Amino acid sequence: MTTATAGLTRLTASELAAALAAGEVSAAEATTAHLDRIATIDDRVGAFLHVDADGALAGARDVDDRRARGEALGPLAGVPLACKDVLTQRGVPTTAGSKILEGWRPPYDATVVARLRAGGVVILGKTNMDEFAMGSSTENSAYHPTHNPWDLDRVPGGSSGGSAAAVAAFEAPLAVGTDTGGSIRQPAALCGLVGVKPTYGGVSRYGLIAFSSSLDQAGPFARTVEDAALLHAVIAGHDPLDSTSIDAPVPPVVAAARRHDVAGMRVGVVRELAGEGYQSGVEQRFREAVDLLGRLGATVVEVSCPHFGYALPAYYLIAPSECSSNLARFDAMRYGLRVGDDGVAGVEEVMSATRAAGFGAEVKRRIILGTYALSSGYYDAYYGQAQKVRTLISRDFAAAYEQVDVLVSPTTPTTAFRLGERVDDPLAMYLADLATIPANLDGGAAMSLPCGVSPADGLPVGLQIMAPALADDRLYRVGGALEAAYVEQWGGPLATKGPPL
Amino acid sequence: MTFADAMARYAPVLGLETHVELGTASKMFCGCSTKFGAPPNTHVCPTCLGLPGSLPVTNETAIRFTVMIGLALQCEIAPWCRFARKNYFYPDMPKDFQISQYDEPLCTDGHLDVVVAGEAFRVEIERVHLEEDTGKTLHVGGATGRIHGATHSLVDYNRAGIPLVEIVTKPVAGTGAAAPEVARAYVTELRELLRTLGVSDVRMEQGSLRCDVNTSLMPVGATAYGTRTETKNVNSLRSVERAVRSEIERQAGLLDAGRRIVQETRHWHEDSGTTSAGRSKEQAEDYRYFPEPDLVPLAPTREWVEQLRAGLPELPAARRRRLADELGASAAELAAMGNAGVLGLVADTAAAGAPAAEARNFWLGYLLQKANEAGLDDPAELAITPAQVARVIVLVAAGILTATLARQVIDGVLAGEGDPDDVVATRGLQAVSDTDELGAAVDAAIDGQPAVAAKVRAGKVAAAGALVGAVMKATNGQANAAVVRQLILERLDGGG
Ligand SMILES: [Zn+2]
Repeated sequence: MTTATAGLTRLTASELAAALAAGEVSAAEATTAHLDRIATIDDRVGAFLHVDADGALAGARDVDDRRARGEALGPLAGVPLACKDVLTQRGVPTTAGSKILEGWRPPYDATVVARLRAGGVVILGKTNMDEFAMGSSTENSAYHPTHNPWDLDRVPGGSSGGSAAAVAAFEAPLAVGTDTGGSIRQPAALCGLVGVKPTYGGVSRYGLIAFSSSLDQAGPFARTVEDAALLHAVIAGHDPLDSTSIDAPVPPVVAAARRHDVAGMRVGVVRELAGEGYQSGVEQRFREAVDLLGRLGATVVEVSCPHFGYALPAYYLIAPSECSSNLARFDAMRYGLRVGDDGVAGVEEVMSATRAAGFGAEVKRRIILGTYALSSGYYDAYYGQAQKVRTLISRDFAAAYEQVDVLVSPTTPTTAFRLGERVDDPLAMYLADLATIPANLDGGAAMSLPCGVSPADGLPVGLQIMAPALADDRLYRVGGALEAAYVEQWGGPLATKGPPL
Repeated sequence: MTFADAMARYAPVLGLETHVELGTASKMFCGCSTKFGAPPNTHVCPTCLGLPGSLPVTNETAIRFTVMIGLALQCEIAPWCRFARKNYFYPDMPKDFQISQYDEPLCTDGHLDVVVAGEAFRVEIERVHLEEDTGKTLHVGGATGRIHGATHSLVDYNRAGIPLVEIVTKPVAGTGAAAPEVARAYVTELRELLRTLGVSDVRMEQGSLRCDVNTSLMPVGATAYGTRTETKNVNSLRSVERAVRSEIERQAGLLDAGRRIVQETRHWHEDSGTTSAGRSKEQAEDYRYFPEPDLVPLAPTREWVEQLRAGLPELPAARRRRLADELGASAAELAAMGNAGVLGLVADTAAAGAPAAEARNFWLGYLLQKANEAGLDDPAELAITPAQVARVIVLVAAGILTATLARQVIDGVLAGEGDPDDVVATRGLQAVSDTDELGAAVDAAIDGQPAVAAKVRAGKVAAAGALVGAVMKATNGQANAAVVRQLILERLDGGG
């Protein structure tokens, strides 16, 4: 690796796109630089499940050719990206982190993937994740754990831990993740990145291997707010292939990210998501961020969302219920793993044996939970009640947004925890998503923004910003303004301040 | 036990669940073709194969067709309703759940009136809902395609995702011994209605209309329904009637012997005319229904529903009333045409220029016989159009065809030999009207039956019929009977 190309991996997506547009660097060079970086460090980070070097280089050369012909190209054309292995990519192995899909090559592109391709974004490969996006540490991957680039003994968060680690380790300037209960924001917080869960319905779910259909949403990871906005703009927008996709213009996220001004905005601190249960370092950086917002001209008030306390139990009924149905199709009949087909066993035996062998413990736990919650005689008490809680939480949000433009809280109760620390304690693991789950239940937009490192352990802390549905641009406006102030303090984005690998 | 014995002691209660494949060009939740008969697994895509990541998108035409069916059945149309997932594992269900409707059907509380032997019965409709069809499993290596003894199974997903409407009746009681006929009349009337709406090709033999019949018995005079069985695989109108009759006889026999009816699925066997036990339904399967999160709720607006109502075609019952007036048919004639399923055909034939009475005679006579011979449930499936039948009738009236020749022309049309005029030309079926040519045969007939001839001479003109018949026989039916009659009367006139 030459020093010149090594430097390419340190650029933001925005900087790299400018260099590509100016002809200072080719997409093939940028892609090669990132593939080299992956080859050098990914055996220690474990961000990727599959690196598609040939496909990435072919895509990069295609962008270079089109640019040479003078074609109009998208703002991220030629910029490399890492994609969570939960989105289908035609001909490229897609596993959702599960053994049950090992070796499956989808015959079609997810809409997000199709839009990335159409925008000339170069997909380097598929990133590691908790199996079927169920987890908060990426330790539930059926393949291998992913390590937090800030401290390789710690988790990157999850379930999109591979995507977060890839960006934090400069293996890619951008990544796509998915967020069902915090699976973008929580790893973004733990890895010192910007991560956004767009408004539900803002980004198409077509080709997103479903965990919980009414909660899943794909979104961007980046090292800066502007980069996240650029990626957001590429992947968002109405898709007729997804009935829950919103037929409305994409909010002006890029312009909002570049505005760097929050004067006059009203910011609400959620009482129920502050105070007890947070590490002191997290609490401290959060309070400082709130103070900073005030100094930047925002009006900060405290608001109450009394039903947020029920969000976690409601989530752990709704998401498993939907997953128990969504994951039924992995039955060994049409694709993926098949176990026990000895020519004698009946179809139900083969289905059972395959599912027993192919799913991990956490996936089975949630399928069983959801199957129970939907059962006749229990439906009203569990799934039905959880839906009522969901309505109440949405009302809390609606009432809060009558007073303020955005809500803020810490993204996670703690900084990155050690690998193995919580694997035997599912409840402790579930608590990692305490603050992020309400936005999924509501369907609004939410971002995690780096707000410094905890004085206690030197690990990143995330600030969660939440906005009403279709007001994603407010996240970027607040995030962009705060980031500008932080960059002045720190001399660069937090993601550039991690220890070298 | 005989049916009559059963009916002396028990009152049957029916319930009918009819599945109708809608005739949309594309499937319920994807763009794949619904065309029947394509090579296996060629009309498939990520969505109807249930591939990971795929999503459903509702077919608007299927919604429109379902609302039309609901309106034609006088149902309430839900202003807001959702699809639900019905969860169960089966290889021909790609997602291992079926997108269906559960407690929020699109249409509820309608009715359909049928007439059996002059008596009207109202069949109440519980619900009409929309769902997706499953694939088809083929068991290979065993006997008669059944799973028992098969070495392996093949699944064809072409049918998976075809829009399927389920029409469920409320319990139909009070029919007494007419129960089998009421069941048949209901399915017949429903099929006619669906065909009139143009929402399905309603071909029972291809499975685009499938019927499950629930049957139970209670002692005559009782009000509490007995345990019911659900007979599946009833794939013709005739089978609907036979299956109900068979199941009533079976259940009555069991009840008389002091045994209980097991709540179960029963399979209908066309060849033996009996049912056999299938899956027990005493322990209801838990389908874990919940609202389909991948789809947004359906919310048909009042205006749209009223627009559809206003645009409905003339429905079969109204059409029958109108045609009865137009055809000048008696109630008995009307019932005969209705039961035979030829009313529309008669009307169309009359409209094409044939006298109504002649049209009725042809359809209820020779054409119905041909349909039965061909094993067709519906005479409309005969390869002859009402216009062609009308032309045959016109040719008869003009003396160009005799009744015998008319049948041969119809045979020719059915055999694909072209229009009636083509068949007349190619088969040389013109009636003989040439008086010179017929003279010898007339003379022979008179000579052969002198007693009859004497009667005619004495003024008993009606007796001439026997002589006409003899001439027709002698000419193999090719003679123009009117001409023959005239020749006979001329020869025997005035004591000559
Ligand atoms: Zn399809």
